[in-house]
Amino acid sequence: MTRDEREVLDEMKKAGVPRREFMKMMGGAGAGLVAAQTLMEEQTYAQAASLTGGATAAPAVGVPAVSVKFMVNGAEKTLTLDARVTLLDAMRRHLGLTGSKKGCDHGQCGACTMIVDGRRVLSCLTLAGQADGKKVTTIEGIATGEELHPMQAAFIECDGFQCGYCTPGQICSAVALLDEAQRGEASYVTEDLQNPPKQLSDDEVRERMSGNICRCAAYPQILKAIQKVHQGRPVAQDWGFAGPKHLAAMKEEARHAGV
Amino acid sequence: MQAFSFTHAESPPAAVAAIAPKPHGYFLGGGTNLIDLLKEDVEQATDIVDLTRLDLAEVEETEGGGVRLGALAKNSDTANHPLIRTRYPLLSQAMLSAASAQIRNMATNGGNLLQRTRCMYFYDVGTPCNKRQPGTGCSALEGLNRMHAIFGASKQCVAVHPSDFCVALAALDATVRVRGVDGKERGIAFQDFHRLPGDKPEQDHTLAHGELIEAIDLPASLFAKHSYYLKVRDRASYAFALVSVAAALELDGDTIKQARLAMGGVAHKPWRAAKAEAALIGKAATPENFAAAAEAEMADAQALEHNAFKIPLGKSAIVRALIRAKGEP
Repeated sequence: MTRDEREVLDEMKKAGVPRREFMKMMGGAGAGLVAAQTLMEEQTYAQAASLTGGATAAPAVGVPAVSVKFMVNGAEKTLTLDARVTLLDAMRRHLGLTGSKKGCDHGQCGACTMIVDGRRVLSCLTLAGQADGKKVTTIEGIATGEELHPMQAAFIECDGFQCGYCTPGQICSAVALLDEAQRGEASYVTEDLQNPPKQLSDDEVRERMSGNICRCAAYPQILKAIQKVHQGRPVAQDWGFAGPKHLAAMKEEARHAGV
Repeated sequence: MQAFSFTHAESPPAAVAAIAPKPHGYFLGGGTNLIDLLKEDVEQATDIVDLTRLDLAEVEETEGGGVRLGALAKNSDTANHPLIRTRYPLLSQAMLSAASAQIRNMATNGGNLLQRTRCMYFYDVGTPCNKRQPGTGCSALEGLNRMHAIFGASKQCVAVHPSDFCVALAALDATVRVRGVDGKERGIAFQDFHRLPGDKPEQDHTLAHGELIEAIDLPASLFAKHSYYLKVRDRASYAFALVSVAAALELDGDTIKQARLAMGGVAHKPWRAAKAEAALIGKAATPENFAAAAEAEMADAQALEHNAFKIPLGKSAIVRALIRAKGEP
């Protein structure tokens, strides 16, 4: 860690700076330039999206454009984009749907996973033009109104994440995995290819989720969440939000510690 | 990424007509490799023609008792197709060992054949690479070459072909059906489809620019009962092979009537282990004979600085794959 980074971290601890501000500061210190750029782009595009109600800026003059008409989370959308724009960027930057995450942008991490025509795919390796005429579901479209999808609820209940960055991709992937199992699809660890199991073992789930990487290594809890939904395996929630009593007790403890 | 036009092809002849006159025109299948290469500036496209609306996505029986795999069928659909699972389980296993569920849902059969090596120097545009930029030199030859070739390499290139699907297709003696620029269709025997690097490592295969893969034909299955795809890699899942072996046997009692062996992760093309096959014909299917066959094949292997482990690993993998193909645990 450079002295600059140490300083920044110390400052952050003192001030209780939120994560996004921290990223910006890291950028200033020269260590997280990409993060800072991403943040700026996000803010710019989020503003643009909110200003135009989700409509998109036309591609630059002279750059080949592509017209895309598709169903996004149940609503018909039409975009005119630079032909190079990926499905991931179309969602994040042009429709303001920033739930799908850009992790590696090279098809290696799975954070950008979306469900297109019922199949999980990597939106970072899909050109927006390829999605023309298709039905796209992102993490924003998984729930029914205010009611969470059982997989979302299970991820919360089982603590299936730490930082949460890979979670939208993990959940979209897990939802599609259930359909694949229902259709009788096999995996590399399936013993009998002629009779793939409809009830997946833990090893089957691990193999089928290998395209979604979690840097926090929440894998045991992710597996637990998926099996809770898939097998109906009961899971005891082993965490909870602190209530008024807990908070009072913690304050009391802190007061004594400070003496 | 440089700007390119994007259109959907409405028919195979229209696709060929759109790409053939464009030196930097590309057909697009699933895009799982091409989009990445464009982002990294390893490839530069002026025109992209999306093929996925073409009617080439079927997996169906052919008259001779074989099966035709549409070039645009997805890898996941092909691997899970009842005809493939029952008659060519080797192919299902190989496909399911590759990449991730998301990528298999996107990747097409035709595109799989045309994916480029994952040699890191090929991807790193800041380093010399004869495959990416002919004449600049091979960085892997004296560089980090743990993942590289032990068979058929040249001083110009030591990269390996990354596909699992293709290793199984090599073992099964598939034929690639191609539409030429002149509109004529032709078949290319799988062994002649990919090339060894020689002094033209920029050419992975023998297709001419603008030629379109329409299908892959599998001959009638002889090996449904006795086949196995073994993949050895750094992680348990979602990694390219260090060494892989597609093994298929036709047995008469315990005697080997026919043997097919192909290896992945060892050469610029799926490596058909012809010497091992020859050593197996007419012999009893025993671990001792499997080991002798493996020795016969691997005697020709030549290690680079960091990949000598692939030679003993290759031997063990061949023996293990044959034991599993025979049906023993």
